[in-house]
Amino acid sequence: MTLIILLGVSLFAAIILAFVGDRRFAPEVNILGSGATFVASIALAVHVYFEGSMIAGGKFFFVDAFNVYLAVLTAFVSMTTAIFSRRYMRREREHGRVSHWGMRFYHAMFQLFIFAMLLALLTNNIGVLWIAMELATLSTVLLVSLYRTPAAIEAAWKYFILCGVGIAQALFGTVLLYFAAEKVLGEGGDALLWTNLSQVSGQLEPTVLRLAFVFLMVGYGTKVGLVPLHNWLPDAHSEGPTPISAVLSGLLLNIALYALVRCKVLVDLSTGTNWAGKMMMGFGLLSILVSSFAILRRKDIKRMFSYSSIEHMGIATFAFGLGGPIATFGGLLHMLVHSLTKSSIFFTVGHACQMHGTQEITKIKGLIKGNPLVGWGMMLGVMAIVGMPPFGVFTSEFLILTATMKDAPYLAPFLLLGLGVAFAALFRRVQPMVSGPIPDYQTPVKASHIPVILHMVLVLIIGIYMPVFLSDWFHTAVELLK
Amino acid sequence: MSVNFAAQIISVLAALVLLTSFGLLIQKRVYGLLHLFAWQGLFLSISTAVVGYVAKQHHLYISSILTLALKVIVLPYILHTLIVRLKIRKEVDTVVNIPTTMLMGIALVIFSYHLTAPIRELSTLVTRSIIAVALATVMLGLLMMITRRHAVTQIIGFLALENGLFFAATSATYGMPLVVELGVALDILIAAFVFGIFFFHISETFDSLDVEQMARLKEEE
Repeated sequence: MTLIILLGVSLFAAIILAFVGDRRFAPEVNILGSGATFVASIALAVHVYFEGSMIAGGKFFFVDAFNVYLAVLTAFVSMTTAIFSRRYMRREREHGRVSHWGMRFYHAMFQLFIFAMLLALLTNNIGVLWIAMELATLSTVLLVSLYRTPAAIEAAWKYFILCGVGIAQALFGTVLLYFAAEKVLGEGGDALLWTNLSQVSGQLEPTVLRLAFVFLMVGYGTKVGLVPLHNWLPDAHSEGPTPISAVLSGLLLNIALYALVRCKVLVDLSTGTNWAGKMMMGFGLLSILVSSFAILRRKDIKRMFSYSSIEHMGIATFAFGLGGPIATFGGLLHMLVHSLTKSSIFFTVGHACQMHGTQEITKIKGLIKGNPLVGWGMMLGVMAIVGMPPFGVFTSEFLILTATMKDAPYLAPFLLLGLGVAFAALFRRVQPMVSGPIPDYQTPVKASHIPVILHMVLVLIIGIYMPVFLSDWFHTAVELLK
Repeated sequence: MSVNFAAQIISVLAALVLLTSFGLLIQKRVYGLLHLFAWQGLFLSISTAVVGYVAKQHHLYISSILTLALKVIVLPYILHTLIVRLKIRKEVDTVVNIPTTMLMGIALVIFSYHLTAPIRELSTLVTRSIIAVALATVMLGLLMMITRRHAVTQIIGFLALENGLFFAATSATYGMPLVVELGVALDILIAAFVFGIFFFHISETFDSLDVEQMARLKEEE
């Protein structure tokens, strides 16, 4: 029942907002919808925490420790993004960057996007997972082109084509997976159910599963934004509205990684080796190295942080590929803290861009004097994202590094190099933006501080003292992903 | 209809699907592309129905009708309307010249046969010989998207690629579960809606549907 409410609210809100999207109270409806979704997700999480994993809706839905924490995270970040976008989008509307239809579109598609992500997380059927991922892509394509500038349309087109093609490869992988599963489980819809697949994974044909994983890796890897399939990501992030960059970085990449990890577990159990894991490690490491050097030379602030997202998804992919209890725990934690931190950074970046009317790093100055909360929010966010203690990212990166030293010590220097370069590059860029006097072209904006403060406090709490229920969840999830 | 005879019909249809894929690669006129795409959908739909008949998989009839409605009637119609409305000129440029494209296409077909060899060995279905053709259709669709620079051709390449995926599902496993197939069909419809909007945006902003003009977002140094 909770499940139906959880999925129903966002779908229902999407329909309502399609009609009232540009009214004065539409942002509040948007907040209300995502708030209700968040409450429902908490209820679901409490249920799973006390009763263990559950199958619902005639085996159609499946909730365990792994996906329920991502569902709560998705609902939470969507809610804070909705709060943030109330003031942000209102200003964009006043400045004429978004039309009447644009606002309507924005609100309806935002809720539809949340629905697609939650469906992808909670479904038991790998085929439906694919459909939901595609729906999530399609609902954001039009959001990326919302400003209708040539650059925005180009970015959205690239996103549409690249992710469409990428995700088509994932469908081919899913077909192959079904082919292997059908031999063991018999025909019909049951052969695509994750719960059934994981029970018989040892009997699945390894050669076919290997072939399937190549396609799944390319397909979902494109959506995760792994190098060399990352081309769409910086464009989509830099040209779309900032709330969309926040949810793309903070949530959509996670969902794609979630799909990849689920498939990886199956393939590795079937082949009896860490073959799929090694592939993920390779892609992950390449992403970390390429993107950290790319951060160095960026001039556009949103583009720079989108490369940082590629880097962090690379770290998480690497951790899941490495496997083992410590690395998997680190990977799960990293997905969580990265989402919280990165979306919070994008909130402050959005306000900084509005204050200066540009996305160029060199033109953004004096943020702390101009608006202390925006300035400090960005500074602390960047400190958190580069892995400074006591923030949560430090904990997860430390865990992943420890596991690397133990299981694959020859890779640790590369990982450290990537982290170090990203650290230096981000700091060098952000320092001049937040400090110094206020330039005369800076205009004050009404900023939303609550989302930023909320996110940063959470990241801090996780870094200093991780709540027991969270580590319980992660431990259960680690067991599931063995 | 004996199983053997049906297998031959299916093979012929698979060959026709592959042929239309190559046709799409070399066709220069937009309307020609559209017709070829519709033909491909038709062959796909018939072969799905034949497979459904031989294997006594009745849900494949639904897939077959869905393909017929979507890929042969609705999508070509939408594209046709868009082409007329946007007054797209008839010749379509290619990035790579056509003989080279053809050679690349042939290499991809051989590669597909090599790649799907383990599946052919494991499969016991009548349709096992055409899995390679399905993968080849996917690859050729991809090749078409890479070598053409017109938005409409890219979309047709994308849809041909989806045809290949659909073909793969039919040939490898007698189709995916119905929930999944309906969902995929819905996604394609939404995608059609999205690119419809996009064609208008692109032609409005760039004065043409040539994707080459979209090169503003280069990585700055």
